[in-house]
Order: sequence, then C-alpha cells, then structure tokens
Amino acid sequence: MELHELTLQQLIKELEEKKTNAQEIMTAILNRINAVDQKVKAFLTLNQEAAIEKAREFDRQPWQGKIAGIPFALKDNYCTKGVRTTCASKMLENFIPPYDATLVKKLYAEGGILTGKLNLDEFAMGSSTELSAFFPSHNPWDLERVPGGSSGGSAAAVAADEIPFSLASDTGGSIRQPAAYCGVVGLKPTYGRVSRWGIVAYASSLDQAGVITKDVSDAALVLSIIAGYDPLESTSVQMEVPDYTAFLNTDIKGLKIGYPKEYFQQGVDGKITETLKKALLKYEEMGAHIEEVSLPHSEYALPAYYIIGPAEASSNMGKFDGVRYGLRDFSADNVADLFSLSRQAGFGPEVKRRIMLGTYALSSGYYDAYYLKALKVRRLINDDFAKVFSSFDVIVAPTTPTTAFKIGENTDDILTAYMNDILTVPINMAGLPGISIPCGLADGLPVGMQIIGKPFAETTLLKAAYAFEQATDYHQLKPSLGVR
Amino acid sequence: MSNEFETVVGLEVHVELKTNTKIFCACKTAFGAEPNTQVCPICSGFPGMLPVLNKKVVELAIKTGLAINAEIASYCKFDRKNYFYPDLPNAYQISQFALPICTNGYLDIDVNGSQKRIRINRAHMEEDAGKLVHDGTITTTAFSLVDLNRTGVPLLEIVSEPDMRSAQEARAYLEKLRSMLLFAQVSDARMEEGSIRCDANVSVRRKGEEKLGVRAEIKNLNSFKAMEKAIEYEAKRQMEAIEDGETLIQETRTWDDEKGVTRSMRNKEEAHDYRYYPDPDLPPIQIDAAWIEEIKATLPEMPDAAKQRLQDQFGLPEYDAAIITTSPHSLSFFDQCVAVFPEAKTVSNWMMGELSRMLNQNNLEIQQCKITPAMLADLLKLIADGTISGKMAKSVFEKMFDSGNSAAQIIEEQGMVQISDEDTLRKIIAEIIDNNPVVVADYRSGKEKARGFLVGQVMKATKGQANPNSVNKILTELLTKEGD
Repeated sequence: MELHELTLQQLIKELEEKKTNAQEIMTAILNRINAVDQKVKAFLTLNQEAAIEKAREFDRQPWQGKIAGIPFALKDNYCTKGVRTTCASKMLENFIPPYDATLVKKLYAEGGILTGKLNLDEFAMGSSTELSAFFPSHNPWDLERVPGGSSGGSAAAVAADEIPFSLASDTGGSIRQPAAYCGVVGLKPTYGRVSRWGIVAYASSLDQAGVITKDVSDAALVLSIIAGYDPLESTSVQMEVPDYTAFLNTDIKGLKIGYPKEYFQQGVDGKITETLKKALLKYEEMGAHIEEVSLPHSEYALPAYYIIGPAEASSNMGKFDGVRYGLRDFSADNVADLFSLSRQAGFGPEVKRRIMLGTYALSSGYYDAYYLKALKVRRLINDDFAKVFSSFDVIVAPTTPTTAFKIGENTDDILTAYMNDILTVPINMAGLPGISIPCGLADGLPVGMQIIGKPFAETTLLKAAYAFEQATDYHQLKPSLGVR
Repeated sequence: MSNEFETVVGLEVHVELKTNTKIFCACKTAFGAEPNTQVCPICSGFPGMLPVLNKKVVELAIKTGLAINAEIASYCKFDRKNYFYPDLPNAYQISQFALPICTNGYLDIDVNGSQKRIRINRAHMEEDAGKLVHDGTITTTAFSLVDLNRTGVPLLEIVSEPDMRSAQEARAYLEKLRSMLLFAQVSDARMEEGSIRCDANVSVRRKGEEKLGVRAEIKNLNSFKAMEKAIEYEAKRQMEAIEDGETLIQETRTWDDEKGVTRSMRNKEEAHDYRYYPDPDLPPIQIDAAWIEEIKATLPEMPDAAKQRLQDQFGLPEYDAAIITTSPHSLSFFDQCVAVFPEAKTVSNWMMGELSRMLNQNNLEIQQCKITPAMLADLLKLIADGTISGKMAKSVFEKMFDSGNSAAQIIEEQGMVQISDEDTLRKIIAEIIDNNPVVVADYRSGKEKARGFLVGQVMKATKGQANPNSVNKILTELLTKEGD
C-alpha cells in the first residue's frame, strides 16, 4: 500500500520502525492532495510549506508524542493561530485567528502536523457542503454526489486518502452523516467530553467536536488525545480520560443492543434498513443480545432541533458585525448600515435563514410557543434515551435515511435537506456519544451504521464498533474517485 | 398643583464589583487605562471564544446581597440579552434575566427624622459593555472609536421597588446604598468614575390613587445632584402634562444636565426586543448555604449597626453618629482616634468641623488625608493638657493638613507653646494695666467691653500664646487688687 493509503496507526508504526520518515509521509499526503483534490475539493486552505518544514524539522530532531510527525487536517471552523480560518464564509474569508483552539493545541502537543483546513457548509449549517460560500465538495465514491455535511470536507478528505484523520464538529449529525456518506468512521463524543474552545460556535448547546478516521481504532486513539476537561470551557466536564484504545477487543458476548423501531420506519430507504438488519444479525452471531426498543419522541426531535439550533445560532452569529474583524462594508455611513450591509454581504442564504428562524423563535411573544416548547421536547427525548439505556448498553441505528444524494438535488427543497439529519439530531439533543461506521454498500454507495452510547460511555461505544469492524471488511473498501 | 400629585420613583443602580479581573476572562479591570489595553480575544468577542465565570464576582454579589438584606438564590443562571451595538462585541450581553442571584432585599433610609423601608426587587450579575469615543457629539461625529477596556467588567444591577416618593428620598436611598457598598467593600462606588450608575423610573399619580402612573425611565444621571434635579424635573413635567390633558406614554428619556431637561430617547414601541435566553456556554450556578455563611462571616459592621454603636458606646448624638457612619473610612478614622483619645464628642466635633471643612476645601476624601487618626488624637491631647489653646490648635491643624507633619513638630517649629507660667503672665498683664489707665478705669466703672480689650492686648503681646484661662484668672486678680 502507498503511504497515503495507510491508517493513522499504520503510519505511526512505519515511522517508529523507521521504514519511512515524516517528510516522505508529508510528501505522499501533499502529492495525493495535489492529485485528487481538484476532483474532491475537500481543502479550503493548504498549509503546504509550513507542513513540509515541520516534517523536515521532525526528521532532523524527532519529538515525542502519540502522533509525532503525522499529518492531520481540520474542519475550517477550528481556529488556528496564523492560519486562515474561514468557516467557509465570505464573512471570515481573510480572518487569521491569533489563537489555536484547545484541540489544535492538544494535537500539536502530541506532535501532529497541520496540513490544511477543510471545507464545510457555511458556519457548519447544512448537510451537504454545498452551502460552502466557496465551492461544494464532492463525494469520492461518486463525484456527482455530495459528501454530506456539514463536515463534508473532513469526511471526503479521509475517504479519498488525502489525510489520515481529521477533526470536525457535530451539531445535528455533521460528523456522523458525512462519515456515513463517505464510508469512513465518524465519532461524536458526549457533550462536554472534549473542549469547544476555539471552535467557531453554531449552536453552543449542541455543538461537539469529534474525529473522522479510517478505522475505529484510530478514532479511539485520537479521542484519547483530544478528550478532557478544559479550564477555558465551562461546559467541559472534569472526568478522567481513559486510554480508549485499551478497551478495544472483539469479545462482545452479552452486550445488550437495542434497535429503535422509529429509526427503521418512515422515510428510511429500504436498502439502508436491510443493510442495518444484516449488521444486527452479525452482532447476534458474535454473541450480542439484540432487541427492538422504542424512542417514542423521535419524530419531534427534528422540529425541536430547528428551533434550538437556529435560536442559538441567531445569537452566536451576532458578533460578526463588521466592527472588529471579518468582512466590512465600507460604503456604510452610519452604524446601523455598517451592521446590516456587512452581514448582508458576509452571510450566505442558509445562515441568513437560520438567523431569521432563530430570531423569530426567541422573540417576545413567541418564546414560549417555540423555544421553551423545544426545550421541553428536548427533555422528553433525553428521557426516552435514559429509559432505553437503563436496560441496554448501546443503541444501533442507521446513520442516515438515504445514501449520498446528488449535488443540487436538494438545493431547492430545504425540508428534504433538513430530513437528512433526522436520525442523528436526537443524539445531539440528548448530548450522547455516537459513532458512524461503514456497514456495507447500497447501489455502490456506503451505508453508515450509527452506534449510540450512554453519556461518557465512549469505551463501550468504541468496543461495539471495533468488534463489528474486525468481523467485517467494509472499512477497507476504497472509493473510485470517479463518477458512477 | 403638585399638592394633588405624588411622585413615584424606583431606581436601577449598576454597581461595578471590585475584582482584579473581568467577569468572564482574565483581563484587568483597572480604571483609566489607555484604550484597548485591557482586552483579549474573549472580551472582544472573537470567533470560538468562550466565557468562564470569575468566582470572585459571585462572592461579591452574595456579599452585596447580604448587605442589602436580600435572599441569595441557591440556584441561578446567566442569560443572553441580544442587541447590536459597536461597544457590545458579541452582540449579546451576558446578564441574569429569569433567575437572578439576589431577590427581596431592602434598605432603611432616614426621611425627615423618621425611618422608611425601601424594598429591593432583585440584584443580578452581568457584564459591562465597552465605550464609544466620539469626535464631538454622537450626532455630529464623522466616526466613533471603540474602547473595549470596560467590556466584561463585572456589574451587579440592583433594582428597587417603586417605593420612593420624592427626589430627596431617591437621593437618600442612593446615598444609603452607596454607603452599604463601601462598608461591604464590594465596590469603589465612585459615581464620577461610573463605578455606580443609576437610572430612575419616574411616574406620578393623584394622591390616594393606588394604580401606578405611566413611567419614564431616565438615563444619564451622572451625579447625585443630577439625579435629584432630573427626578424633580420629570415629575413636574408629567404633572403638567396630565393637567393639560395629555396622555403620557411609557418611554426612555435622557437627562440633559446642561439644559436641565429630560428628553425622549425611545418609546415602548421602539424598545428593543432583547430575546433573552439561557446562555448555553455557562452552566447554572449552584450556591450552597455553607458558602453563604462563610461570606456572611467576612461581612464587616454595616452602617446602621455602626451608627447605633456610636450612640450606645460613646454617647454621641444621632446626628453625629449618622455623619460619621456615611463612609467606612470616616468610621474607621473615628474608631482609631477615640482608641487613643477617648473624648468621643471632641473627636466627633473635630471630624465634622475642621477636618470636614478642610477636606471639602481641598476636594479630598478622608482616606486621602495626610492627617492620620493618631495625629488628630495627639493634637487633641495637646489641647487637653493645656500645651496649646483651642484657637492655636486650629492653625496647627491646618498646617498638619497641608504638610502631614505631627502637631508636636509644628508647635516646636513655630515656637507655639502656650504660656501658662503665671509669673511671666502676671508681669506682662501688670505692664498692660499700667499702660492703659483709661481702659482700666472704664472697666472699673462697669464697661465689660474694656476687659476684652485688655485680654486682646495680652494676646497681642504674647503672639496668641498666652493660656486664656490663666490670663483671665490673673487679670481678674490684678484688676480687683488695684481697685482695693
């Protein structure tokens, strides 16, 4: 196999055994990006020269760390000191942060090398990466299809072997859905398990950082690096961080798996449910206990999400006013115009739509009927999960109702586009950990299996995912980078 | 006309809490620093930045709550108040809306010799906004500059019930509140530096009417005097409007101190919809009873208790006790002084007389005065033991005030020691009697004024250093003797 095709841990091993060096790895990665990214369009910014220089430095005098000398890339809503951070928005097209996000510092501390910044739906609002203000990204399995979103660039880059792993963020499915569409592993930890500091907020009570990798074991390794309490982040949780890789084994005898009937019903493609049912049988073969469960309030999760998410977004987006940084309309001759003209020019239509939705939902006179009601729904969804988890270890469900759709297919149909998140949103509403792993193909396109765990039970989640992965070879399938 | 109406006033007072650092970041809070030198990415609203609550702010808020007899919430939280303004970097102010930290307090004020209780509805924590600097006035300036030093300085907003019935009562309340803040050591409480700021809600109603009138909120009250004048003006304006048959509207008005009028800023329809909602970046605050008790134990003696103590322990008149307890510095000055010189009424007289006069003349506060309590006590001792006369003491005091030198030093330098030696005085007085036969004759024929002239001559001859008691005694003795 070529260097760029290797997993994170394969690369670490090659380096440790001195079969290669950091410059060779970095060169292979950059060559791969140069060769395929004009098709995939995953990267917004390449950190090419700095990355090569860093790799050279490493080879001269290697440093210690769990990912020392290994290239990584970031969804472009992670602030990076000295490296442009755009959120795929014209608003921040030329914004260079004077600080690194906490997770970026953690990757640097373990010796990783930043290779570039990845495309997303503007400010992480979307499910296809078509809503990037710069260009859409393409699914490596079929270049005419979307890679999903909002972390489409992060998933597509890993799937196309342009980077061994990437960090991304997940507010309503933004890691798991593109991971499913691109046939890679996407892990969203429990809310509070990893720091949000330095990641540009979309909806603060739902946003959670996570990782996209080529296999489960890599996800466990990266989680071990990024997890933990951050004194700069008030919602991060003070809790010991285990070595997640130590819990990976294939013995899942007696593991109690619930599959929610609501996630196998209306709107979910028959080919997807079929694939998932096969996967469940596989689990049964391996000694797990499989049982249908119910999450009765599931259908209300999406409408409630489209109140809470936009409500928080409408407030979070206020800081982009053209005063201190970002796009500024210099034709304005008073303050009110400065705000509105800058925001008019800086934000794309979906961001504007969510700001308006959220502003409406929080308005006096509507607050109780919308925002407060949505919070109550959120509590009910939480209770649904708590009830199931009182007698089950994990919940297994499809990640998405369909496989990747065609670019442009849903651009005029916002509601259908929003439906893409229907199976992932409830997990954010409840703040639970979730992982999407490849579980087969439907019409040649990857299907994702979502495993949902109890709060802070990432170990169980990863173990269940790892056992399935070891028993199958779906994670080894590679995309053609062509058009089907 | 004003006899038929009564004025109803409620005050909203913003208090800067005395912390070293801001409420949600580590920036300094020092007053008067160069613009934008006490800022960081967090308080200037950069993307991805998150707040962490400064525990000291909660501590000071609890302390203030205890000082104003309020209930301290065991559970409270922060909300976002959303609006756009260039001095508000996040386009929301983090404040407390639904669940404030303090509720149901009160202060007792003195009104024409009797006590009146003013209820306090609530006190809540919030962050201050920045400051705009205009080139000229806000309406004519070509551009405005933003100074974010003040952004994130911790505030406690203390909201009274509409329990005050005149501008004088409002002033008494604000003065009392200020003295409580100073005693509790929670704020510098300097109105001229804006560390306490006040808005007044003013309405009028016909006497006997229970329903409150339509209120106007008056802003820009930068001094006690401005507040009093603004309330008086506004009440009169409203009374006249009602008399003229006009309908008042609920509005926000600003006080123009130069012209002595209030002017409408915006009415209820134009009021902002702040879209308050819980800040998702800050978890709710739990306050346990033990912490409240701990803080209560650190609360110093409050002015009401101190005033009572001065009357009970030292027999001071209520008037003296009230004046000495207007500030903790003045109380401490008194306590330290009487510890060395126990004639409390003398100390009080000097503090309210000479000391107060000199402080006013020099526009100083007692804690800035060069005369320490021990120095005043030493001066008073020198009067008591006859070393200097009371009259001499006043001039010594002035010199002490200007130079900071001790009384003994000044007396020695100026050769000001009182002449009490009777032989010396007898010689001088005898000479004066001899030289003024006409005056002596006048005196003896019953003209009392003539005696005053003779005393004056003695003082002139001794440069004011003759002990007046001795002079009187010897003069009586010699005049009587000669007459025999």
